[in-house]
Amino acid sequence: MEYFLQQLINGLSLGAIYGLIAIGYTMVYGIIGMINFAHGEIYMIGAFVALITFLAIGTLGITWVPLALLIMLVASMLFTAVYGWTVERIAYRPLRSSPRLAPLISAIGMSIFLQNYVQILQGARSKPLQPILPGNLTMMDGAVSVSYVRLATIVITIALMYGFTQLITRTSLGRAQRACEQDKKMAGLLGVNVDRVISLTFVMGAALAAVAGMMVLLIYGVIDFYIGFLAGVKAFTAAVLGGIGSLPGAMLGGVVIGLIEAFWSGYMGSEWKDVATFTILVLVLIFRPTGLLGRPEIEKV
Amino acid sequence: MTAISMSSPRAIAWPVILKEAAMTAFVALLLTIPLVGLRTVDRPTGLGLETRWNEVAAAVGLVFLGRLGLCLIREGHAVTVLVLAAAATAAGFFIAMPTEALRVILIGGGAVIAIRAILAIRTGRSKLSQAERDKRMDHIAAQVQHASRWLGPIAVVVALAFPFTPLADRQLLDIGILLLTYIMLGWGLNIVVGLAGLLDLGYVAFYAVGAYSYALLAHYFGFSFWVCLPLAGFLAAMSGVLLGFPVLRLRGDYFAIVTLGFGEIIRIILINWYQFTGGPNGISGIPRPSFFGIADFTRTPAEGTAAFHEMFGLEFSPLHRIIFLYYLILVLALVVNLFTMRVRKLPLGRAWEALREDDIACASLGINRTNMKLAAFAIAAMFGGFAGSFFATRQGFISPESFTFIESAIILAIVVLGGMGSQIGVVVATLLVIGLPEAFRELADYRMLTFGMGMVLIMLWRPRGLLAHRDPTILLHGKGGAGGPAAGTAAAGGQGIAGGSAK
Repeated sequence: MEYFLQQLINGLSLGAIYGLIAIGYTMVYGIIGMINFAHGEIYMIGAFVALITFLAIGTLGITWVPLALLIMLVASMLFTAVYGWTVERIAYRPLRSSPRLAPLISAIGMSIFLQNYVQILQGARSKPLQPILPGNLTMMDGAVSVSYVRLATIVITIALMYGFTQLITRTSLGRAQRACEQDKKMAGLLGVNVDRVISLTFVMGAALAAVAGMMVLLIYGVIDFYIGFLAGVKAFTAAVLGGIGSLPGAMLGGVVIGLIEAFWSGYMGSEWKDVATFTILVLVLIFRPTGLLGRPEIEKV
Repeated sequence: MTAISMSSPRAIAWPVILKEAAMTAFVALLLTIPLVGLRTVDRPTGLGLETRWNEVAAAVGLVFLGRLGLCLIREGHAVTVLVLAAAATAAGFFIAMPTEALRVILIGGGAVIAIRAILAIRTGRSKLSQAERDKRMDHIAAQVQHASRWLGPIAVVVALAFPFTPLADRQLLDIGILLLTYIMLGWGLNIVVGLAGLLDLGYVAFYAVGAYSYALLAHYFGFSFWVCLPLAGFLAAMSGVLLGFPVLRLRGDYFAIVTLGFGEIIRIILINWYQFTGGPNGISGIPRPSFFGIADFTRTPAEGTAAFHEMFGLEFSPLHRIIFLYYLILVLALVVNLFTMRVRKLPLGRAWEALREDDIACASLGINRTNMKLAAFAIAAMFGGFAGSFFATRQGFISPESFTFIESAIILAIVVLGGMGSQIGVVVATLLVIGLPEAFRELADYRMLTFGMGMVLIMLWRPRGLLAHRDPTILLHGKGGAGGPAAGTAAAGGQGIAGGSAK
C-alpha cells in the first residue's frame, strides 16, 4: 500500500510534466492541424534556460530559494516563449498553405537544428545539478516520503492549469483562440488577427513546456541536449490519448501516461517502460482513434 | 524599360526599415542571451558559468544587418545588398573570427541573403507573377523528370564504370557505397511515401530488422550472407505486415506517429533484450560476404574455399572486396528502382497512386485499401531489410545506435526533399543530404546543424520538394489526348493522405 502510494505520487508528478508539454502539442494541432515536431526541443531549451538562470542567480548571490525558483520560472518561460515564437515565424508560417507534409518536414528539420544548436553551445555532456529543494515530506509514520520538489510540481501545475483555463475561457485572447480553432477564415473575417493568435498559441505552448523543463531539472537534477525527443514523443502520445485538440484531454492523457510509466517501472522494472507507453499509443489509436475526450472526426469527401 | 523601372529604387523609408531590423535584432538578443551568452562549463566544484557577450553582440549585429539587407531587397536595392552579402561571405572565409560558430553564421547568412538578392534581381527583371514562377519551376522539374529517361541510363553506366576509373580510391568507393545505400533506402521508402502516400516515420525499423536478421542468423547458425539476404528481406516484410496490419486503418499524422512509435519499440527491444541481441554493445564480427559463395576475398582463404584473386588470376588487393560491395549495393538499388518503375504501370502501382490522391474515392471504387497499403508497406519493408543486411555485412558491426529516429528522418527527408514519388529526385536529394556533408567533413560539429537548417530552407523554397512531379503515370486518353488534362486535374484535385494537390 505504501509502495503504491509512493508510485502514485511519482506518477502524478511525472504526468503533470507530460501534460504541460502535451498542451503545446494539442493547441497547435487544434489550431493549424500540424504536429509541431520541434516542441520537444522547446521543452529541452526550457530546461537549459532554467539551469542557466539558476547558475546565473547563484553568481549574483541570491540564495533565498523561493525567490530563486520564481526567477527561474519567469526567466525560462520568457526566453523559451521567444524560441517558440521564432520557430513558428521562421519555419511554419511561410508554409501555412502548403501540402501537409511540408510543415512536418520543416518541423523535423527545426528539431534537428535546435538539438545540435544546444549541443554545440552547451556541450554534449549531461548537466548535473545539486538538489535545489532538498527534503521530504513523510507521511504514514515514514512509510511514504514525498520530496518537496514533486509536491511543488503538482501544485504549480494545478495552479498553472487553473490560470490557463481562465485565460482560454474568460479572456478575449482565449475567445479568439477558440474561434480560430473552429474556423480560421471566419474568425479572420470577423476581425480576429489570425496570425497573431497562432503566434500566441506557440508562445503559450512554449511557456508551459518551459515550466515542464524546469520541473524535470528540479526533480531529476540532470539534463542533456537529447531529452527533448523522448519526452516530446511521450507528450504527443499523451495528447493523442486524451484526444488531440482537447486541453483537458492533454492533461488527462499526461497524467495517465505518467501513472502507467511510474507503476510499470515500480512493479515491472524500468527497462520496458517506454515500450509500454508506445504500446498504449498504438492500442488507443486502433481502438479509440479520437482519444479519451476527443471529438469524433468526420471523413469528408 | 518597364522592367527596370519596376526594380528601380524607391525612396527608402529608413525609419520603418530600421525599426523592423531593430525588432528582429531584439528578438535575436532574447534568443541568444541565455544559450549563447551564458555557457555551462564543468568545474571541479560542479557546474559553472562562462560568459560570451562578444558572441551575443556579434550575432545580434549580424541579424540586424541581415534583416536590413532583406528589407533593402524588398525596397529594390538588391544589387547593393548582393555585393555587400557576397563581401560578408568572403570575409567569413578569410578573416579570423572569435569563434567557429560565428564564422558559420556569417558565411551561411551571407550566402542566403546573397541568393535572395540574386533571386530578387531575377524576379525584378522578369514580369512573371509568383504563381507563374512556381509553374516554371515545376516545368523545369518535369523536364528533369523527362530527361531522366536518358539521364538514368547514363548515370547507371557512369556508376558501373566508376570503380575502374583511376579516381576510385578506397575513400571515394566508401562514399559511393554510402550514397547508394541511402539511394536504395530512399527508393524503398518512396514506395510507401511517394506512391502510396503513407507517411512512414519509422522506416529505419525495417532496416534494423534486416541488419539484425543477418547478424543473428550468422551469429547463431553460421548462415552465409547469400542465404540470409532473402531471409532478411522476408523477415523484414513479415514485420512490415505485422506492424502494418493494425495501424494501416489510421490516417495521416496518426499513422506517422504510430510508425515512429514502432521504430522506437524495435530499437528499445534491441537494446533491452541483451541476452539475444547483445544489447547496446551490438554484434561484432559479422562475416563479410563471399563472391556468391564461390570464393573469398581474403589473401589466404580457409581450407576448402577458393580465393577471389586466385580464381581470376589477379594480384591480391583489399580493394576487391570494396568494389564487390559497391556493385552489390548498386545492383540492389537498381532492383528497387526497376521494381518501382514497373509496378507503376501495373494495377497494384496504379491503385497506390490512386490511394495517394484520394483515399475515399478508391474505397468507393472497390479497391481494398488495407490490402493495397499493406502490400506497399511490406514491399518497402522488404527492400529496407535487404539494405539492412547489406549494411550489416559491410560494417561487420551493428548496434542499436545505428537505427535511431534520426536515420528515419534522414531517409524521409531524402524522399520529401527530392519531391515525393520522383525517382531521380531521390538521387538528387541523396547527393545533397548525404554527399554534401561528406564533402564538408571538417565542419563535423556543424554538419547536423546545417542539415536541419537546410531541411527547413528547402521546404520554405519548394514546399513540394525539389523535383516535385505528380502526374499520374497512366492517363485515360494518353498525355496528348482530349481527356488527358481533364483526367489529370480530376486525379490531382483530391486531397490524398499526404495532402497537397498538383496544380
